[in-house]
Amino acid sequence: MDKNNIRMKCEKVNFYYGRKRALDDINLDIYKNSVTAIIGPSGCGKSTLIRLYNRMNDLIPRTRLEGKIFLDDKNIYDIGSDVVEIRRKVGMVFQKPNPFPKTIFENISYGLEVNGEKDKTFINDRVISSLKKAALWCEVKDRLHDSALQLSGGQQQRLCIARCLAVEPEVILFDEPCASLDPISTQKIEELILELKKTYTIIIVTHNMQQAARVSDFTAFLYIGKLVEFGTTEKLFTVPKEKLTEEYLTGKFG
Amino acid sequence: MLAFASLLFLVGIMVVLFLNGLPIFKETGVFNFLFGRNWYPTYDPPEFGILPLALASLMVTFGALLVCVPLGVGSALYLNELAGPRQKAFLKPIIEIIAGVPSIVFGFFGMLIVAPMVQKIFNLPVGFTAFTGSIILGIMAVPTVCSISEDALSYVPKSFREASLALGANRWQTLIKVVIPAAGSGISTGIILGMSRAVGETMTVLMVTGGAAVMPKSFFIPVRPMTSTIAAEMGEAVVGSSHFHALFGIGLVLFVITLIFNIIAEMISRRFRVKLGLGR
Repeated sequence: MDKNNIRMKCEKVNFYYGRKRALDDINLDIYKNSVTAIIGPSGCGKSTLIRLYNRMNDLIPRTRLEGKIFLDDKNIYDIGSDVVEIRRKVGMVFQKPNPFPKTIFENISYGLEVNGEKDKTFINDRVISSLKKAALWCEVKDRLHDSALQLSGGQQQRLCIARCLAVEPEVILFDEPCASLDPISTQKIEELILELKKTYTIIIVTHNMQQAARVSDFTAFLYIGKLVEFGTTEKLFTVPKEKLTEEYLTGKFG
Repeated sequence: MLAFASLLFLVGIMVVLFLNGLPIFKETGVFNFLFGRNWYPTYDPPEFGILPLALASLMVTFGALLVCVPLGVGSALYLNELAGPRQKAFLKPIIEIIAGVPSIVFGFFGMLIVAPMVQKIFNLPVGFTAFTGSIILGIMAVPTVCSISEDALSYVPKSFREASLALGANRWQTLIKVVIPAAGSGISTGIILGMSRAVGETMTVLMVTGGAAVMPKSFFIPVRPMTSTIAAEMGEAVVGSSHFHALFGIGLVLFVITLIFNIIAEMISRRFRVKLGLGR
């Protein structure tokens, strides 16, 4: 856990929905080129926390954040910081595959176009390379101009990953990416995550502990809005420091 | 059972329309009826060409479209994107109340306020013109367009918006490139239904468009759309005469036009539901 390798960082983060406190004094470091899993029982604030890293919670009315979240050394919640810029650097893959009702090609070129890219060849190349990186190219290369909604759930989710990769983010947030997928698609996504961490910094929310154990380097255990324990996945799963963590991992509650 | 009653009414209406309307097509010929340039029902011999009336309807409807699309779609976008929940709860019912205002009241409003204004602003001999009719009809169609468009916009899944914003699109790009296209078919359904309302509207156009059954050469002269022709002349047409049948013939044409509009609207909205994966 080298302090020089920190990519993102929460500092004394509290988050409120109206008056209800959803996150309670979270301090959490995210390391470069690693996968950090956030685990915990339903309603513990995992999704709330991950959606803070790209300011997605800004869209929910009557919410409030205290504390700071850094991307490198800049607080992304500073007044005057550019939300669009942040979201381009911190990409996100959502719980349910959410391709646009457009063609496969357009789904991926969209992110480039809204960021001002006009060069057709460049876009074309980037669409292909993103699909390849997301391990979807072979399955869709003959039907790039068909509707993305015809793809299976697992393919749609990989399309969403490709769409996210196309804008070349630095950090990728996965919010329970396999929650609605079958085991085979889940396995493909997991393999993909392991491949992607070579280039990107990854944060993944999951309520599947085995998944956290398989893909992550670091794990944060959240319980009722509090960060109970954070450490390398290996240590957290084998020798948890906190009793609560151990109880959760052994299935005493959940 | 009651649903079948409406089917019965529909069939009854169609039978009456066809029985009374078809003879005129036989008498003057389909082409002469639809494309004849003169509507002189009381001359001797009478002429029954509905082209001037149909063109007047078309012009007024088109004009109404120019008013109701920006206003209706614009207010739908405002309600959906910018208005807070409180503002929306207040504004949407108000816009829908417009739909409940009797058309004759719109007619009064048009006669007393809009027509004199049009006359003054454009320096015309009379204020009762196709233009005046367009404005009033446009306003009348706003609630239909707005309400259906707003529904379509709110059906666009939140996940589309989130996906777009998460890719670094700003709010405006998200609206133009994702939300509006996704709601596009719903919006067009609203526009078509608004149009069919404008085509079929009678009282208002009778009161504000001036009623001259001549070929409409501009928006700023009095015209007589199909609906107001029927309303104005039915009282004086002898039952069973050619004039009588001609008026029913106009009714038949109107019926077919609104039917087509409705079928198109239905087709579009079905495609829209399939596209968003909402099922049929």
